[in-house]
Amino acid sequence: MTPPLLHVENLTIDFDARHGPVRAVDGISFELAAGETLGLVGESGCGKSVTGLALMGLVPSPPGRVVDGSVRFEGFECVGAPEKTLRSLRGKTMSMIFQEPMTALNPVFTVGRQLIDVLRRHEPLDRRQARRRAVEMLERVGIPRAAARMDEYPHELSGGLRQRIMIAMALACRPRLLIADEPTTALDVTTQAQVLAEIRELTEALGTAVILVTHDLGVIAEVCDRVAVMYCGRIVEQAPVDAVFRQPRHRYTEGLVAAVPRIREVPIERLPTIPGTVPEPGRWPSGCRFAPRCAYADAACRAAPPALRPIGESVAACLHPAGDGR
Amino acid sequence: MTTALLEVRGLVKHYRLRGGWPWSPARWLRAVDGVSFELAAGETLGLVGESGCGKSTLGRALLRLVEPTAGEVRLNGESLTALDGRALTAQRKHVQMIFQDPYASLPPRRTVEQILREPLDWHRIGTPASRAGRVGELLARVGLGPSALPRYPHAFSGGQRQRIGIARALAVEPQLIIADEAVSALDVSVQSQILNLLADLQQELGLAYLFIAHDLAVVQHISDRVAVMYLGEIVEQASSRRLYAQPAHPYTRALIDAVPRPASGHRGHRAPLVGEVPSPVEPPSGCRFHTRCPHARPICRSMAPREIELGTAGESHRVRCHLHDPEIDEHFDD
Repeated sequence: MTPPLLHVENLTIDFDARHGPVRAVDGISFELAAGETLGLVGESGCGKSVTGLALMGLVPSPPGRVVDGSVRFEGFECVGAPEKTLRSLRGKTMSMIFQEPMTALNPVFTVGRQLIDVLRRHEPLDRRQARRRAVEMLERVGIPRAAARMDEYPHELSGGLRQRIMIAMALACRPRLLIADEPTTALDVTTQAQVLAEIRELTEALGTAVILVTHDLGVIAEVCDRVAVMYCGRIVEQAPVDAVFRQPRHRYTEGLVAAVPRIREVPIERLPTIPGTVPEPGRWPSGCRFAPRCAYADAACRAAPPALRPIGESVAACLHPAGDGR
Repeated sequence: MTTALLEVRGLVKHYRLRGGWPWSPARWLRAVDGVSFELAAGETLGLVGESGCGKSTLGRALLRLVEPTAGEVRLNGESLTALDGRALTAQRKHVQMIFQDPYASLPPRRTVEQILREPLDWHRIGTPASRAGRVGELLARVGLGPSALPRYPHAFSGGQRQRIGIARALAVEPQLIIADEAVSALDVSVQSQILNLLADLQQELGLAYLFIAHDLAVVQHISDRVAVMYLGEIVEQASSRRLYAQPAHPYTRALIDAVPRPASGHRGHRAPLVGEVPSPVEPPSGCRFHTRCPHARPICRSMAPREIELGTAGESHRVRCHLHDPEIDEHFDD
């Protein structure tokens, strides 16, 4: 078997708060193969976005700090690597797109200038070659009149177009890994469908692996091969995408899948809910962090955090998993 | 026929855009462009559409939080658009709003008790002494305990803040609540709690809702009837059951199709709608959807479709599309 593209082990991240450090990510481990698409799903405060940033070495510090663990990218240890090395990786072999492209694009430069800068930073191209590659990239992400768009400024474009520019910029140097943090959350549904299709087609064509960070299970189903479900700083379940919807194992995953509003042929009277609210970082319960909201929790769940173990097609940290338990 | 609780006829809201020069001609942004619908007591009408379609402006224009350019809004048969001053305030009491962002819509430097008490004082409901009791009742009704009273909004989670916003809306015993993206900012596990709470309150209090949202799954769940907006116009309205089972307008069909399905085996066999919503400043001629419509014919570019009734007796299903107009034939196309 080939070694994984990305190997994350026991990644632990703290943030300094007024009353001392608060844990945001608590010892998560996962692997990603080349060309694979992994969904990182969870509700606000679960640590999914910080995890995405940490993989790029972009956790704002201070107040953030990777206190433990390792992130190995093609065997190279990124945690603790010098900033200069990380800079040469970012945009070249791994890149990232964010929810709000307006804050990620520079408002005072044209789209073309920004794309060309990315290309020329990492590849030995002259202006004209870079421009040609940039136009080609814009065409590939489905931007009509790509050559004309090169000379426009970000504010002249719609949200959907801006997000496509970000995707073009992120994929311009054919990275091995793309981290996409809520890339379609700010977009309308019809635009979201287009952008997701473009991310999927393009990364498949380039063989780029993707980590898609989102709260939306619908988006996960649309693009991902595998899912990791996060709750309160931990991965509570990992499984192939089909398995998660067919037979979620962790009780939190089960609740989340059931609670997602979906268009139904036969509408239901009441939506299934998960009681209570997501505890804030710093106020996580000991033991299984989902126990206070779980109907199946018992003393053992509250005593110590359950370990991840294989259950059916999943790997889940649950003492009373859903389904037949095999 | 019984009179509807809310009756909206030909509502228009145009915004004047300043030109580049004092002498350049004025341009108008047509946010809401001739919208008509009714809402019965105790009923939920869902209003869906993409950003910029005018759904939020419509919600605000109903209460005259933005002044409509034309059209009429009747509440219990009385015209809100003709009222002013105290008479308007008295009528507005029957309609309350809840907003998307419970962080922004609650005053940060007031306690929950002050927030809930303000509408009671403003509309002089009950005696000053009885109002304290009423505040407690309101909190209990939305599932919060009396310990919340002396606390400030920042001490609550998003879902709890939205409960406070709902309690504030309920304070004056409205007949209609306009909910503008009321659950879109909430986490999934909390969203369904709030939707169930809204359903319970409707049962207990006989409330009507105008539920404005972009999430078609949420709208399907909560609505009796659904209206679909595109560029300032309602292009289709029908019962929720009918609209989702047999969408008639190509736009409605595309919207429903574009919703990602949280289920296995749904990867990439949808034909996404091409292009984006055009600007409401100079909306396309004829049918406003023709620039993106897979079924567009020449007539769609030149003539605005009229509203066609597809429904049967007792169940209305109205659509603005030439495809369903028996008087528009292929031969119109040359």
